[in-house]
Amino acid sequence: MVQPVEVSSRSVGIGIRGIVKRFGSVTAVDGVSLTVEPGEFLALLGPSGSGKTTILMAIAGFEYPDEGQILVGGEDVTWTPPYQRNLGMVFQKYTLFPHMSVLENIAFPLKMRGVGRAEREERARTALATVRLDGFGERKPSQLSGGQQQRVAIARAIVYKPRVLLMDEPLSALDKNLREEMQIETKQLQREIGVTVVFVTHDQTEALTMADRVAVLDHGRLQQIGTPHELYEAPKSAFVAGFIGETNFWQGVARGAAAAGGSVSVELADGAVVEATAVDAVAARAKLRVAIRPERLSLTAPGQGLLTAHVQQEIYSGNATTLLLSTPSGQGLKLRLPAGGAMRGPAMGDLVGLRWAPQDARAFGSAT
Amino acid sequence: MSARPHRWLLGGRHYSRAASLALAAPFLVLAFVTFLLPLGSLLHESLFLPTPTLAHYERAVTAPVYLRVMLRTLRIAAIVTVLALLLAWPLALVMARSTGLKLAILVASVLLPLWTSVLVRTYAWMVLLQKNGVINQMLMASGLVDEPLKLLYTETAVVIAMSHVLLPFMVLPIYSALRGIPDDYSRAAQMLGASEWATFREVIFPLSLPGVTSGCLMVFLLALGFFVTPALIGGPQQMMIATLVSQQVREMLDWSFAGALVGVMLAFVLLLALIFKRAVRLDRFVGSA
Repeated sequence: MVQPVEVSSRSVGIGIRGIVKRFGSVTAVDGVSLTVEPGEFLALLGPSGSGKTTILMAIAGFEYPDEGQILVGGEDVTWTPPYQRNLGMVFQKYTLFPHMSVLENIAFPLKMRGVGRAEREERARTALATVRLDGFGERKPSQLSGGQQQRVAIARAIVYKPRVLLMDEPLSALDKNLREEMQIETKQLQREIGVTVVFVTHDQTEALTMADRVAVLDHGRLQQIGTPHELYEAPKSAFVAGFIGETNFWQGVARGAAAAGGSVSVELADGAVVEATAVDAVAARAKLRVAIRPERLSLTAPGQGLLTAHVQQEIYSGNATTLLLSTPSGQGLKLRLPAGGAMRGPAMGDLVGLRWAPQDARAFGSAT
Repeated sequence: MSARPHRWLLGGRHYSRAASLALAAPFLVLAFVTFLLPLGSLLHESLFLPTPTLAHYERAVTAPVYLRVMLRTLRIAAIVTVLALLLAWPLALVMARSTGLKLAILVASVLLPLWTSVLVRTYAWMVLLQKNGVINQMLMASGLVDEPLKLLYTETAVVIAMSHVLLPFMVLPIYSALRGIPDDYSRAAQMLGASEWATFREVIFPLSLPGVTSGCLMVFLLALGFFVTPALIGGPQQMMIATLVSQQVREMLDWSFAGALVGVMLAFVLLLALIFKRAVRLDRFVGSA
């Protein structure tokens, strides 16, 4: 058994303090502050243009922020050139140098640090074994598959024991099965060597699968940061509720005032009234958006539940069945039935009743 | 639609042998009639007329006067290649890093001269270098020299003018090679701890080498057989092989000896091609790397 490359003793935290970055008239990052703990796996998640890559590039040193500070291990590196930051980075495209062998690629950062030839080769071989590619050292990168190339890129990024590993959508070029395999493998490797990781992705499943905490970004602003569980169960804004997982949204008006976390009755457009949990304090008659996950809706007999709807379509996907429903006012809804339920699902055109627990319906102020 | 579709020009990755031959035929015929045939007849003349003999070749490689011309040709071609490389590499780098109007201006400044007749560009150098030319006037005006320098009809002048004329053939393949290096490589190198100089030395320069070899070979070979510029800008003391061949044909009417000179140069070029066969991929020149 090969000893994996050890990084843990050197892994450090990252502090991002009020970063602002403008490109011409566009503000790509608009005052983002967050802290990454030593040894933590943090995902920066957001749609394209959310500023996630710009933040990563600022940590790497390829972009200098217009305002704010970047700390790595408590040291201000805001203006330090990339090659002096001692960070590791895995890029979206495979960036192995085509004129060097796999082993030369992995030894490259050691060469740049003045490590002697013999030690270089030994450490490169160890790193290659860590990503389970022993025996591939003499090959050229072009002779490896996409997944193997990305594993070499990871070996190259950890061989010099960087303080932090940055990953810029490193798996997005791989096909689906390989991507899922690499997600688990990368996460395992990160746990083994204990390095701090900042991982950029637009794929929420990937973020939830791999990260200890996820920072959700939109329009250059930090929307919410938390564990995958917190983001899914307790999104703080309608954007996060919609971006993480699937969600049904209703528009409505609060019938009375409610404190944050309190129960609120929401009158929907068609006059139906639903019970929900207020995420923030709401005033009476405030416009609200109510979010509820498809799997938190359950079926009951028509007229018995909190709401009645028609079944429009049934989508069978093996592990679950999704029903597309329509309320009398024309609002579309998704409902997910787990597979294996004894009950035979309703057929198309059936009228069904819907139930849910009030804490599963979350009411957001319309502004968000 | 039961007929099997034709894959005559579209579709398949490879054409049938007949199609390939038909497409290449006009060029092959032209190349045979206008290049191989005359060359063959010239070489034939050098070896077999009036009787089979190696005398012309012996004369070409032993007579000091002709040997000097050949060595001078090789020397000038080598110097021109090095000079063009030194001028072209930084320019190609700037071009590879430019976009929009800046790139358009740079490309135009490389290509426009290429599209201008060699004769015109050579006369331009004559205007610059002659006794009362622009350069001498400037040198005199600045007080650096008291008398006009002899610039024209020197080897230096030949080298300068040829480097300029052949520069595009060096710039384009290097530009093409540099353009093909993704930005990500230099970012990755810097991330791994390489300073900008180390990134250049370890990554950018090695990756540009295929372009450099193509460019060098192209310029060197063109320089070996260059006629117009050395003939006009060089004096009799700077005679290169092409001028010598022309002189043998036009003035001495000694076709056999001209053929022998051509044969020697051809053998040398083929030898060079064999040596560089592995290192050089001429397809890089057209940017298909």
